[in-house]
Amino acid sequence: MIEVRGLSKAFGEKVVLKDFNFTFEQGKSNLIIGESGTGKSVLIKCMVGLILPEQGQVLYHGKDFLTMSYEEQKEVRKQIGMLFQGSALFDSMTVEDNIMFPLTMFTNMTKGEKEARVQFCLDRVNLPQAAKLYPAELSGGMKKRVAIARAIAVKPRYLFCDEPNSGLDPKTSILIDELIKEITLEYDMTTLVITHDMNSVLEIGDKIAFLHKGNKEWEGTRKEILYAENEILSKFVYATKFLQHFRSKLQAEKDSLTKGD
Amino acid sequence: MNPIAIIAHIGQYFLLLGRVFRKPEKSNVFWTRFFHEVNAIGIGSLGIVAIISIFMGAVITIQAAFGFESPWIPLYAVGLAARDSIILEFSPTIVSLILAGKVGSSIASELGNMRVSEQIDAIDVMGVNSASYLILPKIAASVFIFPFVVTISMFLGHIGGFVLGVAAGVVTPYEFIYGIQYEFRPYNVVYALIKTLFFGFIIPSVSAYHGYYTKGGSLEVGQSSTRAVVYSIIVLLLFNFLLTQLLLA
Repeated sequence: MIEVRGLSKAFGEKVVLKDFNFTFEQGKSNLIIGESGTGKSVLIKCMVGLILPEQGQVLYHGKDFLTMSYEEQKEVRKQIGMLFQGSALFDSMTVEDNIMFPLTMFTNMTKGEKEARVQFCLDRVNLPQAAKLYPAELSGGMKKRVAIARAIAVKPRYLFCDEPNSGLDPKTSILIDELIKEITLEYDMTTLVITHDMNSVLEIGDKIAFLHKGNKEWEGTRKEILYAENEILSKFVYATKFLQHFRSKLQAEKDSLTKGD
Repeated sequence: MNPIAIIAHIGQYFLLLGRVFRKPEKSNVFWTRFFHEVNAIGIGSLGIVAIISIFMGAVITIQAAFGFESPWIPLYAVGLAARDSIILEFSPTIVSLILAGKVGSSIASELGNMRVSEQIDAIDVMGVNSASYLILPKIAASVFIFPFVVTISMFLGHIGGFVLGVAAGVVTPYEFIYGIQYEFRPYNVVYALIKTLFFGFIIPSVSAYHGYYTKGGSLEVGQSSTRAVVYSIIVLLLFNFLLTQLLLA
């Protein structure tokens, strides 16, 4: 479980996060949604220490990450798997070496054990033949899957995903979403997903926070989000034609029920 | 650039060095990367250093012969002048300036590209000290291999001066060899190698600083690479003056 309390961040005059509070629950996919530029990526970077916030606390199982020593922070980070927006695979290494990297740095596994773990992770993300390929030889979806394989290689307690579906076709997006959901349950991880893809929200959002201009505008589940009475959230949720159509149908059903009464 | 920005950059550079010189996560990983960098920085630069050294040695010899066209100056002075030029300045400084261009831009663009594609963030998030993992092997490899590269440059500079100088007819083999042996001071080689050790530190560390803190996209990676070369050369020339003053004056 990760608790974020009163997190605020500004870049000069521009405030990007204002007093953000949220509890990311273990074994669940916790989603942060919002339009581009609302502070979602800044939040995730503050939580892993890539950006220093002005104030607030990030509690990993009760311990504040921001006040920890460098060595303590390193110990927490070893338990974090992160999927970056652009995958962030090491382009000078093969897929196998990419996944082996955290194993080499943090475990005393033999070469054979590491190779077996790499193959297990590649099988898990459905890329059993990709070990010897370089990132430049992979498609966007394959890169994301390799990044997931690298993230789960050391069996982390926390999985952070920064826009895992960006640049992917809808079918591959669904595959990635399903993979994140399955892995979260399999490893009983605390998963945080940053997204503005409503398909992901409806597919994997166990717990959702909606960010707007740095403020947490709404919090709830994927069942509640479609019926939420928040104008700003509704504009975001029903931005796509598909969901607008769904809302029209929903409204028509509501109207007919009212008439029936 | 205003003075406050310069001071800020110097401060940030030393803070980065503080992170670079932390104990590596795993010594076997460090040594693997160290030998990889020795190969990339040192062995990879030998070709260009060899070509430049041979031809510069020849040019220095021919220019010395051209300048010493007086019956009062013995012909072996050509070898002597070529020797001192090569050992004192050409091999340690000019070759280092060339390496600042080749190695410095390569380091800055590699790290800059890793920064903008979030690869450095990925290393940090995993709990690995990215500065130490990426930069320390480069600095250690440069400090280790630069003296060898410069020594090879000195040797090839003399070979170039001898072969092409004799072929051009500006000096005889006997006089050139007598000249390079005449009043030879081994301390000059020590001085040159001490300078090289400093340059071996300056080039990768200044270049890595510019690459590591790249912000933006591919355009900024190119700009970082250019800045890395320019600032490496400026710092290198400054230290060249200071070290010469300290060691020879």
